[in-house]
Amino acid sequence: MLFATPIILVAMDRLDTLEAQSIYILREAYAKFDQLGLLWSLGKDSNVMVWLAKKAFFGHIPFPLLFCDTGKKFPEMYEFQKKFTAEWDIKLIVEECPPIEEIDPTLPPASRSAARKTEALKRLIKKKNFQSVIAGIRRDEEGTRAKERVFSPRGTDAEWNFKQQPPEFWDQYKTDFPAGTHIRVHPILAWTELDIWRYIKREHIPVVPLYFSNKGKRYRSLGDHDITFPVSSSASNVDEIISELESTKIAERSGRAMDHESENAFERLRTDGYM
Amino acid sequence: MRARMLLNDFEPTVICKASKMAPTSGNNPSPSINLVIAGHVDHGKSTLIGRLLHDTNSLAEGKMAAVKAMSERRGMPLEYAFLLDALQAERDQGITIDTTQVLFNSEKRSYLIIDAPGHKEFLKNMISGAAQADAGVIVIDVEEGIQEQSRRHCYLLRLLGLKELIIVVNKMDLIEYSQRIFDHLKKHIIEYLSEIDLVCKAVVPISARDGQGLIDLSEKMPWYTGASFMDTLDQLPEANSTNHLPARLPVQDVYKFDDRRIIAGRIESGTLKIGDELLFTPSNKRAAIESFEAWNATSQKTKAIAGESVGIILNEEIFIERGHIASLSTDAPIETNVFRGKVFWIGNKPIIAGDRLKIKIGTAEHTSEVQSIENKIDLSSLEAIDADLLEKNDIGEVVFRTKSTVALDSFEKNHRIGRFVLIDEYETVGGGIVSMQGYADQRGLYDVTSKNIMAVSSRVDINAREAYNGHKGGIIWLTGLSGAGKSTIAMEAEHQLFSKGYQVNVLDGDNIRFGLSADLGFSPEDRTENIRRIGEVAKLFAEAGILVITAFISPYKQDRDRIRAIAGDIFHEVFIEADIEICENRDPKGLYVKARNGEISDFTGISAPYEKPRNPELIIDTGDQGIGESTTKLLSYIDEKFSI
Repeated sequence: MLFATPIILVAMDRLDTLEAQSIYILREAYAKFDQLGLLWSLGKDSNVMVWLAKKAFFGHIPFPLLFCDTGKKFPEMYEFQKKFTAEWDIKLIVEECPPIEEIDPTLPPASRSAARKTEALKRLIKKKNFQSVIAGIRRDEEGTRAKERVFSPRGTDAEWNFKQQPPEFWDQYKTDFPAGTHIRVHPILAWTELDIWRYIKREHIPVVPLYFSNKGKRYRSLGDHDITFPVSSSASNVDEIISELESTKIAERSGRAMDHESENAFERLRTDGYM
Repeated sequence: MRARMLLNDFEPTVICKASKMAPTSGNNPSPSINLVIAGHVDHGKSTLIGRLLHDTNSLAEGKMAAVKAMSERRGMPLEYAFLLDALQAERDQGITIDTTQVLFNSEKRSYLIIDAPGHKEFLKNMISGAAQADAGVIVIDVEEGIQEQSRRHCYLLRLLGLKELIIVVNKMDLIEYSQRIFDHLKKHIIEYLSEIDLVCKAVVPISARDGQGLIDLSEKMPWYTGASFMDTLDQLPEANSTNHLPARLPVQDVYKFDDRRIIAGRIESGTLKIGDELLFTPSNKRAAIESFEAWNATSQKTKAIAGESVGIILNEEIFIERGHIASLSTDAPIETNVFRGKVFWIGNKPIIAGDRLKIKIGTAEHTSEVQSIENKIDLSSLEAIDADLLEKNDIGEVVFRTKSTVALDSFEKNHRIGRFVLIDEYETVGGGIVSMQGYADQRGLYDVTSKNIMAVSSRVDINAREAYNGHKGGIIWLTGLSGAGKSTIAMEAEHQLFSKGYQVNVLDGDNIRFGLSADLGFSPEDRTENIRRIGEVAKLFAEAGILVITAFISPYKQDRDRIRAIAGDIFHEVFIEADIEICENRDPKGLYVKARNGEISDFTGISAPYEKPRNPELIIDTGDQGIGESTTKLLSYIDEKFSI
C-alpha cells in the first residue's frame, strides 16, 4: 500500500480537555510527592476527583483518601462513604475533628464551626507527615479560590500566603520547597459547577442523593448539617440539575453560612488553611 | 440590538436568555477561549472585566449588592473592579495583586477571562495568568498612553506565544471621546506592535466605567467605524490545536500497579496511533505502541491526539523514565547540552554568567549553568543591548549549558516543548523560549554507528616514534575569531619549527574545506561535523608522532571539548584572542563586510556565536602584539611541552 490510512482527528470538547488536564495534575502530584493524600469530603466535586484519580492511575489509586469527620455530616453522606469505600477499593483515613472549644473564639460562629475541619486536617498532616494534600476546590466557587494556584504552597501551620503566591505557568508546578512547608494540589480548579454535573452525567458518577430535589428543596453544596442550607429547586435528577444551572443566578455556595458572615470571613478561613 | 436589550431592559427572563451558556452541542460544549486582559497599572483592566460581567448580566444574584456595600464602606463610588479583586488587601489598596479567572459567556461562545495585575511588583502573577491565554487584550489609558508595563506586557505576550492582540483604549470619557487624541494614540500603538512582530487585531475606544463601546457601539463616538469590544472578541478565531505539529509525549511516569507496565503522559502535540514506532529522547531507545490503556473505557482506543493524557503499553520493555520525550522516529526533538533562550527574569537576584539553575522542560529537570548573558531588550527602543546581567522583570537572551543531554524543540518549531522554566533553589525565577540559532543538534554525535569494528594496536610504539623524530607528537589547536591571526601564526610557526627539524603539519581551511570536508557548509551542524573530522585526522597525525597545528575558528566549546575527550593529553587548546572590532578592522578576506551586508549567514561573531575557551592551555592576545611576538610565544610553549 502506498499511503497510510489517514487518522481522522476528533477534537477534544471542554470536558475532555478538563479531564485530561486534571489527570495530568494528579499524575504530577503522584510523581513528585511520596506522602500524598486526597481529601474526600463526599461532595460531588470530590467524587469527580476520585473518579479522575481512578482514571489517572488505571483503576488503582496509589494514595489514601482522607476524611476529616466533624461528626455533623448528613446521614446520607456517611452511608455513601461506607458503600463506595468498598466499591471503589479505597484506602480511607478518617480524622476526628477537635471540639469547637478548641477553635479560635474570635471567628464568627459558622466560620468557627467550619474551622474544625482545618484543625483536623492540620493534625492529620502532622501525624502522617503528608507532603501534599489534594483538594477539590474550584475557581468559580468563590473569589479567593479564583486566585489559587494548582500547586499551592502552605506555611508550616498550613496558612496560605495569598500575597506571595509563586508564579505558575506552562503547567510547571512548584515542586521545590523548604522543609516544613507543604503543597495543596488542586486538580479541578478550572472546572465549573456545570462542568462537574455534565461530567457526572457523562461518566455516570454516583452522588449523595441530597443534591436532588426533595419537597421543593435541594442542596447545591454539602457541608455540616447545622451550617448548610438547601435552595429552592425542583431538579430531581442530573439532567434537571444541568438545566437549572444553565439559567440560575444564585451562587453555588449561597447555602454555606461561613461564606457570608462578613466581607472577608471566607478569606480569613482560607488564609488560615481552610480548603 | 442585543446590547440595548441588556442595558435597558431589566426584565430578568430576557436577560437570562441573552447571557445563557454559549451555544453547545448537547452536553459537550466546545473549549472556551482563554483571554488575558493585561496592561499598565490603573489603566482599568479589572474595571473593564467587572463592567463586562455586569452589563451582560453574568453575575450571581446579590454579587452587585455586595460590591456596592464594599464600595460604600470605603467611601467610594461603585467600584466594578471589586467584582474580581477578591482579596481584602486588593480592595483596600485599590490594586489587583494576583491574577484571577472568571468564566463568561457571550451569545456566540464562552470565554475564560484572565485578569492580570498591571503593577510591576506583581509581574510574576501577570505571567502566571497570561501564560494560559489563547488571545490577549491590552488595556491602555487614553490619557497616559503606552506606559512601561503596557510595553512589557505586549512583549511578554509575544514571548508567551501570542501572535495578535486586541488593544482597548480606555477612559475615553476623560478626553470627551475625542477622535483626534484616539487616532494619534492608535497610530503609536500599531507601530509599536508591528515592531515586536505582533498583529494588532483591533484598537477599540471605550469607557469601561461608563459602559461605552463595550457591548454595543457607543453613541458618544459616532466617528468610530470598528466593532464594539464584545463583537471584536467574538470575531477571534478558535484556539489552535497542536495536532498538526510533530508528535511529542513527555513521559510523566511509568506505572506498574498490576501486570501491565504503562507509560503515562500527556500528548503535547501531534497524534499517535497503535503500531507507531516511538523514539525516546535522550535515551535513543525505540519501541512501538502496542495499546492505549484506560480505566472504565467502553471501547479499545486506537489513536490519541494532542492534549490527551494517555497510558501506553509498548511492544518491548525498554528502559524509560520520567523526563524522556517520545516522538515518532522520523521527526524527533533536538538533543543538545547547550541552547539559547529568550528569557523573562522574575528572580529577586539578577541572573549572571556562571549561575547554576534548574531548568524544567516538559517533564524533565536539568541542572544547568548560565554560560553567558547575550543581551537585554530595551523595551522602549526594542534594541538588544549588551548586558552582563538581567535584573528582575528584564527580558534578554541567555545561553545555557546543561550537565546532561536535553531533549527540546526550538520554540518556532514546537512551542509546547520549546519553552522552559528556571528554578533557583525553591523559587521559580524565570521562564523562556528556546532558540537553537547558532547551535547544532548533537543527536548521534556521541555514538559509534558501525558496531563491528575493533581497534588493532600498532607494533610501533609512541616512544620509538618520539625518539626518531626528536620531539613528541601532539595537537596544537588554535581557536579564535576570523581575523584573529590563527592561520598567519600557524604558517609562521610551521615554517620555523620545520627549520628546527620538527615533523610538523598545519591543518587549515585550505587543505580541509576543499577536500575532506568539501561536502559541508557552514550551518551549525556542518561546522560541528567539520570540527569532528579535523579532530579525528589531527589525532591520527599526532599518534604518528607528528606535531599538528590546526587553524579553525571552531566556535563551539562542546566541539573542542569532544576532541579533547578523544585525544586526551596530546590536545593543547590555544586561544588566539582579539576583539571582534579589531578582527573586523583587519578583515583580511573581506568576510566581515559581507557578513554585515547579510551576504554571509551564520558568520561567527556577527550572526553566530563564538564560545571562548574556559581554560585553554595558552592564550595569545594578538590585539596588542604583532605576528612575530605572537609566534614566539607559541614556539616557546611548544619547546617547553614537546621537546624530549
